[in-house]
Amino acid sequence: MTVLSMSAMMSGPSLLGLALIIPAVVAVLVMLLGRRPDLREAASLVGALLLFIAICALLVDVLAGARPALPLVRIAPGLELILRVEPLGMLFAIVAATLWIANSVYSIGYMRGNQEPRQTMFFAAFAVAIAATMGVALAGNLVTLFLFYELLSLSTYPLVTHKQSPAAMRAGRIYLLTLIGASMILLLPAIIWTAFVAGTTNFQIGGILAGRIGPLAMAVLLGLFVFGAAKAAVMPLHRWLPAAMVAPTPVSALLHAVAVVKAGVFTILKVTIYIFGLDTLQATGASQWLVYVAGFTIIAASLVAMTADDLKRRLAYSTIGQLSYIVMAAALATPAAAIGAAIHIAAHAVSKITLFFAAGSVYTAEHVDKVSQMDGIGRRMPWTMAAFAIGALSMIGLPPTAGFLGKWFMLSGAGSAHDWFAVAVIIVSTVLNAAYLLPIVTRAFLKPAGGPVAEAPLAMVVALTATAVGTILLFLFPEVPYRLASALVSR
Amino acid sequence: MSLIAAVDQHLPVIIVLAPLLGALLVALIRVEIASWPIAVIAALVSAMAAFRLVFGVETLGVVSYRLGGFAPDLGIEYRVDAVNALVLLLVTGISLATLVYARRSVADEIDSGRVPWFYAMMLVAMSGLLGMAITGDAFNAFVFLEISSLSTYTLIALGRDRRALVAAYQYLIVGTIGATFYVIGVGLLYLSTGTLNLALIIERLPDVTSPRALIAAEAFILVGIALKLALFPLHAWLPNAYGYAPSAATVLIASTATKVAVYLMARFLFGVFGIHVELGPVSVTGVLIVLSLGAMFVASAAAVFQRDVKRLLAFSSVAQIGYITLGLALANPAGLTGAFLHIVNHALMKGAAFMAIGAVLLRCGSSRLDDLAGIGRTMPATSVALTIAGLGLIGVPGTSGFVSKWYLVLGAFDDGKGWLAFLIVASSVIAVLYVGRILEVVWFREPSKTALAAREAPLGMLLPTLLLAGLTILFGIDAEFPARLAGAAASALLGGRP
Repeated sequence: MTVLSMSAMMSGPSLLGLALIIPAVVAVLVMLLGRRPDLREAASLVGALLLFIAICALLVDVLAGARPALPLVRIAPGLELILRVEPLGMLFAIVAATLWIANSVYSIGYMRGNQEPRQTMFFAAFAVAIAATMGVALAGNLVTLFLFYELLSLSTYPLVTHKQSPAAMRAGRIYLLTLIGASMILLLPAIIWTAFVAGTTNFQIGGILAGRIGPLAMAVLLGLFVFGAAKAAVMPLHRWLPAAMVAPTPVSALLHAVAVVKAGVFTILKVTIYIFGLDTLQATGASQWLVYVAGFTIIAASLVAMTADDLKRRLAYSTIGQLSYIVMAAALATPAAAIGAAIHIAAHAVSKITLFFAAGSVYTAEHVDKVSQMDGIGRRMPWTMAAFAIGALSMIGLPPTAGFLGKWFMLSGAGSAHDWFAVAVIIVSTVLNAAYLLPIVTRAFLKPAGGPVAEAPLAMVVALTATAVGTILLFLFPEVPYRLASALVSR
Repeated sequence: MSLIAAVDQHLPVIIVLAPLLGALLVALIRVEIASWPIAVIAALVSAMAAFRLVFGVETLGVVSYRLGGFAPDLGIEYRVDAVNALVLLLVTGISLATLVYARRSVADEIDSGRVPWFYAMMLVAMSGLLGMAITGDAFNAFVFLEISSLSTYTLIALGRDRRALVAAYQYLIVGTIGATFYVIGVGLLYLSTGTLNLALIIERLPDVTSPRALIAAEAFILVGIALKLALFPLHAWLPNAYGYAPSAATVLIASTATKVAVYLMARFLFGVFGIHVELGPVSVTGVLIVLSLGAMFVASAAAVFQRDVKRLLAFSSVAQIGYITLGLALANPAGLTGAFLHIVNHALMKGAAFMAIGAVLLRCGSSRLDDLAGIGRTMPATSVALTIAGLGLIGVPGTSGFVSKWYLVLGAFDDGKGWLAFLIVASSVIAVLYVGRILEVVWFREPSKTALAAREAPLGMLLPTLLLAGLTILFGIDAEFPARLAGAAASALLGGRP
C-alpha cells in the first residue's frame, strides 16, 4: 500500500523513467543473483509488480488527461530521444506490464518443470526485452521508438536461441535477420524520410505529414513503415514467427502476446495515427492497398493454421492472422476501426498468452506438441484446457470474451468506411478461426481421457487460469482500454 | 606568461615535432624500459598542443604558421582551419590512447630487441600523419605521406606472423605507386601555377590556361590518395596489412592512417579542384559514388566470409571508408557532416574493436574467430567493448555509427537521391551479418579451452579500449560536440569553392 501511495505521488515524467529503469534493474539483479535461483526469481516477480504499480499510476495520470513527457537526450540537432505517453502507448504499456507478471509466474514454473539450462540468461534477457517494450510503448518520437525497437530485437535473440540446438540457432538467424534487416532497410529510411519531409519525427495527433507529401509518396512511405516493422509479421515478412516457435513456450508467449509482434502492430498503428493521421489517410486513400495486403494475410494465415498439426505452429499462424486485423483496421483509418484495433491489442494479448500458456502446460505435463496427440487431454488437464477453450473463443471473437469487443469495433469501422472487402475478410476469417481452434477443444474434451488427471506445475496453472479469467473480465469491464482507445480519436 | 605566449606561437609545429623528436630520442637511447614512457610523453605533448591550438588559441578560425618565417610562396606553411582541426584532435588523441594501450601488447608481440624500434616507428608514423594533416603545402604533404608510409611498412613487417613480411612488401609496392602518382600530380600543379602552397594554388587556378594539365593533375592526385585510403577497388593491400601487423600498429593505422588520407582527398576535392568539375566525360562525384557503393557492398560481403577477426575487421574498414567517401561525393552540408562524423566515429569504434582483439590475442594467442568462442565469459569487459564497437559498425541507434549514418542518409535525401539512402542502410544489413558472427561466437557459444584459460585483459590495455568504446556510446547519445566540429569542417570545405 505504501508503495502504491508513493508511486501515486510521483510525477508523470519520473514514472516514465521508472517504467524503463525497473526492468533494467531487474535484469542486472538477475545476473547478479545467478547462483541463487530463488532470490533471482523473486527479483523478477517483485520487479514485475513494481512496474505494474508504476504503470498503473501513470494510467491514472493519462486517464485524467495528462500527457507527461520526459526528454532523455538530444543526440544532435533534430535528433533527440524523448519519452511521451499517449493513450495508445499507455494501453500497450499496461498490457505488457500486466502480462509480465503472469509470464514471470508461468516462466518460473516452466523453466523449473522442464529443467531448462541457462535460466539466469533467460530471465535477464526477458527483463531487458520488457524494458525495450516499455521504451517502444512510451517513445515520444520515431527515433526513440526505433532505438527501443532494435533493442527488443537484440534482447529477444538469446531467448529465441535459448535451446542452442542447430534448429534454434537457425531460427535465431532468420529471426534476427528478418527483423533487423527489414528495420534497417525499410523502417530506418522511412523514419529519415519522414524527418526530412516533416522536419520532425514527433508523434502528434492528426499526423505531421498532411500536405507535405503526395498521395503516391505517402503510400510508398506507409509501405516502408509497414514492412519495415517486420515484427508485425504482415505477409510476406511473416516467416520469422513460425520459425521462432522452437523457443521455450514462455518466449513464444512473449513474442506473440506481450512484446514482439505487438510492438510491430503497435508501431504501425501509432504511425498511422500520429505520423500520417487518420484523416489524411482517409482523404488521400494512401492506405487502401494495405487493406488488401492485410486482408490477404488474415485469410492466408488462417488457412495455413488449419493445416498445421504442430500446436505452436498453428498458434503462430493464428497470431499472424489476428494481428493483421489490427493492421487492416489501421489501414481503414476510420475512428471506429482505430478504437477496435487498440482494443484488439489488449484482447489478443490476454487471449493468445492463455493459448500459449496452455500449449506449454500440455508440453510440460505430457510432452505433447501435436494437435493429433491431444485426444482426451481436456479430461486429464481440465484447468489447462478450459483456459485454452476460453482463449479459443476469444480468438474467434465470441462473447463473453475480450476478442468480441475488438472485432465488433473493427467490423463497424469497416462497415462505416463502406469497405465491403474488409467486412468480408473479418467474417470469413471468423469462420476460419473457429475451424482451426474448435477442433482442438472438442478433441480434448470429447475423446476418452485415456489416463488419470495430472496437471502441469502449480505456477503454470495459476498463470494460465489468471489470464483466462482476464480474458473474460476484459469483456465484462472494458472501461480502461475503451477509454484509452476512444481518447485516441477524440479531439 | 611570456613563455606560454611563445609556446602558443609555435603550437602548430610542436604538434608535428614532438613525436618526431620523441622517435629520435627512443631510437638513440634504445633502452627497452625507457621507450614506452618517452613515446607516451611525446604523444601527450603533441595531443596537448593540438587541443590547446584548437580550443585555446583560436576558436576554429584559421591559424597560419610559417616554417622558418619564410613567405608561403617560398617556404612551407602550416595551416589549421576547421577541417583539419578535427583531424589533428583525432590523430593525436587516438595515437595517445594507442600508445598507452601498446605497452603490454608490444611486450608480448614484438621480439625484445626490436621494441625501441617499434615505438620509434609508431612515433614517426604519428608525426607523418599529423604533418599530412597540418601542412598547407602540397609537396610537404607528399614528404609527410612518405614518412608515414615508410614507418607503416616497418610497423607491419614487425608482425610476428611471417606473412607480415609479404603484407608489408605488398603495401610498400602499392604505397609507393600511390605516392608516385600523388607527386606527379603535384608536379603538374606546380607547372601550371608555379607554387606548391595550396592556398596560392587556389588563387592562381583561374589563370591556368591549359585545363588538360589540371585534369591530369587531379586524376593523378586522386588516384594516388585513393590507393592510400584503400578506396575500393584499390584496397587489396589493406586486409593483409591490418591482419598481420602487430596489434598496436593495427590500431594506429586502422584508426588514423586512412582517415588522414580521406582528409587529404577532401582537401583536394573541395579546396583545390572543386567537387563538381568534370574530368572529361566522367564526373568525379559519379565515380566516387560508384566506388563508395562498391566498397560498402563488396567489402562488407567479403568481411562476412573471413575466418580471422582481424581480417574481418579490416574488410569492414574498407566498407566503412566507403561511407566516408560517399559523404564526400554527396557534397552537401549534411553529407559532408556525416562523412567527417564518420571519420571520427569510425576511428573510435574500429580502434576499440582492434584494441579488444589485441587483448584477446594477448590472452588466447589467436585472433581466429573460432578461438574466440565463449570469450565473453572469461573476458567480459573486453567483449563488451568489442560488442559496442560492433554495434557501432552496424549503426545501431545509441551508438555513434547511427548518428553518422543519419547524416549521410539525410544528405542523400537532400541531394534528391532517395535510392542512395536505401543503399546506405541496406549495406548496414551486411554489417549485421559479420558483426553478428562475432557476437554469436563471443557470447553464445560454449567456451573453447583457450577461452576458458584466458583472463581479463590487463588494465593498461583495458582502459584505452573501454575509453574508445565509451566514446562510441557517448557520441551516439550526445553527438553535439563531434557534430559541431564536423559541421564546421563541412561548411569550411563547402565555403571554399563551389
